[in-house]
Amino acid sequence: MGPRDKREDDGDFESPFVTPMLSIKNLHATVADKPILNGLTLEVPAGEVHAIMGPNGAGKSTLSYVLTGRQGYEVTGGTATLDGEDIFALEPAERAAKGMFLSFQYPLEIPGVPALTFIRTALNAQRKARGEDEISAPQFLKLAREKAAALKIDFDMLKRALNVGFSGGEKKRMEIFQMAMLSPCFLILDETDSGLDIDALRIVSEGVNAMRSPDRAMLVITHYQRLLDYIKPDRVHVLSAGRIVASGGPELALELEAEGYDKYAQVAA
Amino acid sequence: MAAVKETVAAVAELEKYQHGFVTDIEQDFAPKGLNADIVRFISAKKDEPEWMLQWRLDAFERWLALEEPEWAKVHYPKIDYQDSYYYAAPSQKAGPMSLDEVDPDILETYKKLGIPLREQEVLAGVQGAPKYAVDAVFDSVSVVTTFKKELAAVGVIFCSMSEAVREHPELVKKYLGSVVPVSDNYFACLNSAVFSDGSFVYIPPGVRCPMELSTYFRINAKDSGQFERTLIIADKGAYCSYLEGCTAPMRDENQLHAAVVELVILEDAEIKYSTVQNWYPGDPVTGKGGIYNFVTKRADCREARAKVSWTQVETGSAITWKYPSCILRGEGSSGEFYSIAVTNGHQQADTGTKMIHLGANTKSRIISKGISAGKSSNTYRGLVSAHPKAVGSRNFTQCDSLLIGKDCAAHTVPYIEARNGQSVFEHEATTTRLSDDQLFYCQQRGLDTESAVALLVNGFVREVLQELPMEFAVEAQKLVAISLEGSVG
Repeated sequence: MGPRDKREDDGDFESPFVTPMLSIKNLHATVADKPILNGLTLEVPAGEVHAIMGPNGAGKSTLSYVLTGRQGYEVTGGTATLDGEDIFALEPAERAAKGMFLSFQYPLEIPGVPALTFIRTALNAQRKARGEDEISAPQFLKLAREKAAALKIDFDMLKRALNVGFSGGEKKRMEIFQMAMLSPCFLILDETDSGLDIDALRIVSEGVNAMRSPDRAMLVITHYQRLLDYIKPDRVHVLSAGRIVASGGPELALELEAEGYDKYAQVAA
Repeated sequence: MAAVKETVAAVAELEKYQHGFVTDIEQDFAPKGLNADIVRFISAKKDEPEWMLQWRLDAFERWLALEEPEWAKVHYPKIDYQDSYYYAAPSQKAGPMSLDEVDPDILETYKKLGIPLREQEVLAGVQGAPKYAVDAVFDSVSVVTTFKKELAAVGVIFCSMSEAVREHPELVKKYLGSVVPVSDNYFACLNSAVFSDGSFVYIPPGVRCPMELSTYFRINAKDSGQFERTLIIADKGAYCSYLEGCTAPMRDENQLHAAVVELVILEDAEIKYSTVQNWYPGDPVTGKGGIYNFVTKRADCREARAKVSWTQVETGSAITWKYPSCILRGEGSSGEFYSIAVTNGHQQADTGTKMIHLGANTKSRIISKGISAGKSSNTYRGLVSAHPKAVGSRNFTQCDSLLIGKDCAAHTVPYIEARNGQSVFEHEATTTRLSDDQLFYCQQRGLDTESAVALLVNGFVREVLQELPMEFAVEAQKLVAISLEGSVG
């Protein structure tokens, strides 16, 4: 059973308020003993897209790695729950099986492993962890053809070693393709727009928007407002010196674009 | 894709070294130690003709004058050659037997190892699956060879070396020692004196061997060495694909395995030789025990357009010292070497190949993938040389090393000698560490650490795995994964 179904099971607890899918409270984290996140609090309800903006070094990427459980990113305080479950108690692979997906800022090359093999292995590992049957080969290929066509990915490219020799744009498209194939419920997009030309940005954004649904939530991490023209956020948060220092509607992104991060740097300090 | 899945499953289910059991049976031994009488004892046990005995005694004389080589990047205490048995065989009647006469415990052993010795069992397998003929060598003797009749019908001779000496002396006399001369090197010379059993294959002119041939070597007896001798001849225009597999029980003492394999390839003929070597590697923590695998393998492309391909997957043994080589004598002949060498724990491997270009327009290709983990050391040592007459010869070499963890080592020692101005040699080499970034990327997609390592390593060795016959490829992939179990995290 997927994590998305859980809310329906807990029907007794249905409340008029939107239950946050991801809830982070007073999160502190260090990298190599250096504090990067300093009391970050954030709630992303199901069905919503939240943007995290902020200057370089604010802790944006650290947040994405802490949430997905990367080694070397140490949680020193606070909590984070996904659908009410403590994610810090889970291994990275277990978090993935619960539906957490990170679209990497710099996707890794996996020599000798065809993209399709990689994704099928990952999908089946997740399904197994959730107690589901493995996907059959014909089912998998049908799904792959569908999703590849939507992202204008040449099917032959999927037979090549994952990301090896791919251009920056192709790698980002491949991240979104993986996301579509794995069908996660909580999506983190880390600087997905970096290195994309305008056509690629449009294709990638369409791919992301196609995944918007009432039972999915997204965290879009970006330095520039440009991406948010394509992926419209419900809320925008400003991250500075490891804390959320301002939150608002989509208009906050426009304001940041016009005025820069200077005044928030002072807030944090 | 299925193979990756199987690897993951295999890693989860299997123990680290799963072939470590001992078969408890009656065995005949030669007295411990090595002298001319032991050589005579072995020859007499095998009912050999006088010329074979003389050949052995001559080899023994020469061996006494040789010194153990020290140039390889491997370290081990001095071997006491007098403290080992040079002949160990299940107590049974001599000569070829029907399967019903073979000790049931031995049959059970092979069953446990997954080797089909009953022809009907092979036939009852999945329809369309390739057929395998098996020669099963248990310590010093071949216990059974399957599908001999069917092979004989097309003129293919597939039997144990002992039988070949008795039944096909003209072929053995003509070819034995013609590729690896008796005194070629210390271990080959020792083998020539005391060789026990191995396989003999002859493919007549123009015949394409109708099935895969394979030999399964098992060391069982304690304190014994195994000295197999294999000779394969592909006559003009012939083809065969041959596989060998090796396992041994877990023992605290080191055991010596000094084999010699000779391949003779005549005009337009081709041999594909694959090895999956999984001798006991010794205790992963203390490094105690394990097989010393000191092997000489060489192919002679004796005539025009002869072709040979060596593929090896080396996961076992405490020490591996092995350089399957190609002598490219015939004009336009070609040699290939594909290797995966995995070391973990305290294993040491010094392995590679020699491509000796003697004829004009000869071609060779070397793809070597070394993986080191634990406290192991893995060395690629290779020679590519071109004789003055080898004009227009070409070589491509690619050596990749993958390091897992902080305490292992990888070395690449290529030698290149071009003695004419019209040869083209290319050499590429890389050394990479299994990166935390890649591991995390796989984990974030849902793979646990073991599965992630298996997937990344399988990607690293894929080029070579593709060269193996299908069934062996799956087996090899599992082996690689199992050998590296627990190497991360």
